[in-house]
Amino acid sequence: MTTNSIQVTAAPDHSLPGEPVETRTVGQISVQQPVLSARAVNIFYGAKQAIKDINLDIGLHSVTALIGPSGCGKSTFLRSMNRMNDTIPGARMTGRITLDGEDIYSGDQDVVQLRARVGMVFQQPNPFPKSIYENVAYGPRIHGLAVTRADLDVIVQSSLQKAGLWSEVKDRLSHPGTGLSGGQQQRLCIARAMAVDPEVILMDEPCSALDPVATARIEDLIDELRDKYTIVIVTHNMQQAARVSQRTAYFHMGELIEVGATNQIFTNPGHRLTEDYITGRFG
Amino acid sequence: MNSISDTSAVRARRVAKRLRRRHWAERRFRLYGLTAVLLSVGFMVFLFANIIGKGYRAFEQTYIRVDINYAEELIDPNGTRLAQDLADGNYQGVIKASMRAQFPDVVERSEQRKLYGLLSESAERALKDHVVGNPGLIGHSDSVWLLADDHIDLLVKGEISTEAAEEDRRVDDQEIKWMAALTAGHRVERHFNWSFFTEGDSREPEQAGILGAVKGSLFALLITIGLSFPIGVAAALYLEEFARRDHFTDVIEVNINNLAAVPSIVFGILGLSVFIQFFGLPRSSPLVGGLVLTLMTLPTIIISSRAALKAVPPSIRQAAFGIGASRVQMVLHHVLPLALPGMLTGAIIGMARALGETAPLLMIGMVSFVADVPTNLSSAATALPVQVYLWSSSAEQAFVERTSAAIMVLLAFLLTMNLLAVILRNRFERRW
Repeated sequence: MTTNSIQVTAAPDHSLPGEPVETRTVGQISVQQPVLSARAVNIFYGAKQAIKDINLDIGLHSVTALIGPSGCGKSTFLRSMNRMNDTIPGARMTGRITLDGEDIYSGDQDVVQLRARVGMVFQQPNPFPKSIYENVAYGPRIHGLAVTRADLDVIVQSSLQKAGLWSEVKDRLSHPGTGLSGGQQQRLCIARAMAVDPEVILMDEPCSALDPVATARIEDLIDELRDKYTIVIVTHNMQQAARVSQRTAYFHMGELIEVGATNQIFTNPGHRLTEDYITGRFG
Repeated sequence: MNSISDTSAVRARRVAKRLRRRHWAERRFRLYGLTAVLLSVGFMVFLFANIIGKGYRAFEQTYIRVDINYAEELIDPNGTRLAQDLADGNYQGVIKASMRAQFPDVVERSEQRKLYGLLSESAERALKDHVVGNPGLIGHSDSVWLLADDHIDLLVKGEISTEAAEEDRRVDDQEIKWMAALTAGHRVERHFNWSFFTEGDSREPEQAGILGAVKGSLFALLITIGLSFPIGVAAALYLEEFARRDHFTDVIEVNINNLAAVPSIVFGILGLSVFIQFFGLPRSSPLVGGLVLTLMTLPTIIISSRAALKAVPPSIRQAAFGIGASRVQMVLHHVLPLALPGMLTGAIIGMARALGETAPLLMIGMVSFVADVPTNLSSAATALPVQVYLWSSSAEQAFVERTSAAIMVLLAFLLTMNLLAVILRNRFERRW
């Protein structure tokens, strides 16, 4: 049955023991092994509130999809998880987001270090206008992950292999990354994010600028990466969410309406708004 | 009848008429544009033709071949052949004797003085250098090309009309006769005017060169680019990449735009009171000139550098942040290298403007007559546009062609700089 005024008290939160969470979200916001967990997160752009009181856990080595209509705040929430919102003038955040139990917004959290642990892939492929090699090597270089050139070569190769790009570019590593096709560029960006060995990879509509073939390759890649990485993906494409994710969170007007196992959300949504959205009544 | 009942033929006619009118309007509009372009091209052609037509003659200078008898009693009366003794020789006497020998029938003193005046005063110095370099010439004879005086040069170049009444021209009948005789004896030639590029300014037009002004401009520009580019880029980087957008940065932005519009002479007065009167830096020096031009160029460079930074897409910044680059790393590793060509282009165009700037230099005393080529940043100097101004206000007619020649040199510099900017832009410009 669906209703939009359901009041759910979530099960005891594993990352913050002894603090039961009051939330209007339908479904189970907490998971067994949370990597990231957000509690009472509000984000404002100037006077406008983009995110309202969000509570959500992101589970280890799984793909969590954030879906919802345009302007619902899903990208804003995604970007709050590696503090990319800090770079936007006028953005302000309240609440708490923890990564492995540590508050990422606390004063002693180094934001540069955080972004090495929580990598990001953007909507538009945005390789640096440098060589393919340099694109991947840049992250390890600035974080001092490789001592010798040989170490760096290994990191570059394994990152490109993990992104499924190695066989296509191994003979032209010195060519500019911007000369690749759109899908290859996006996989290069994924390789670049993986080169610094993050725990979490945030993907902000990574396929929206790609054709169906390139999209399918990225989706396969996401499925493979799930073994080693925790992935959060924002997507407009509900089939994509259904295909790649294990857990889906539905956002509406800055609120987290419903969260649950992907197949349950898509077959048996618990909230009318979710149902309206996934059946295409608005979006 | 209303339009619904129009037959299709009537409607077609109406549409065709409209279309004709529209095509006409388009043709007319293109014609206006073409006229404007042709007009400006015409002005440019006129300008260049005028300057080159007047100035090209300055690159040639008239020389007169004189048979010199290197008499020992005049050059080296003690017979030492030492360089310092040779330098004290009476070369004027040597030249005068040679000229008298050339025209033996000129005996009257005043006539003889006029005869000596065919040659430039610098002929004596040229001969001295020649002898000091070749002491073996003493006691022998030789024929030497010596620089003619400026009014003789004008006569040879045909800029003095021989038809005019004698009292209306600078060259009298006697001199014309002498020159005709010399020409008939193949003793008059025009040579390429190297000294125009190797000498400083002079009161005598035939000796005046551009090197002093070129070096003055060069020194000043070195100071300007050395200071204004780093300062301008740093300011632009701070405002564009680091500063928060608030009232403070708004005020700064408005003021930078205002500064860019301040008339350059105001910067000259500022330089006069700050650099010369307060800091006591040397007047007329390229150092102060460069500092003043720095003040003037800085807003332009800041504005163009900010535009270059704005042109770097935000996705590059996000990409750098996204893999954990700090703000400084993001700026230095990614944004600055991408914006640099644009910044350089803006800086070169700013430099070109500074090179052509005259007014502020007048205020700090770079307008004085300086014969010596400047050797360092604090020696007195002029600059190219100031030299144009100085020569254009000189009385001698021979300075007219030199003024145009100096303009040509200035324009050559400006065109080279603009060309460099275009090449830089085409070579490094990136499309996103």
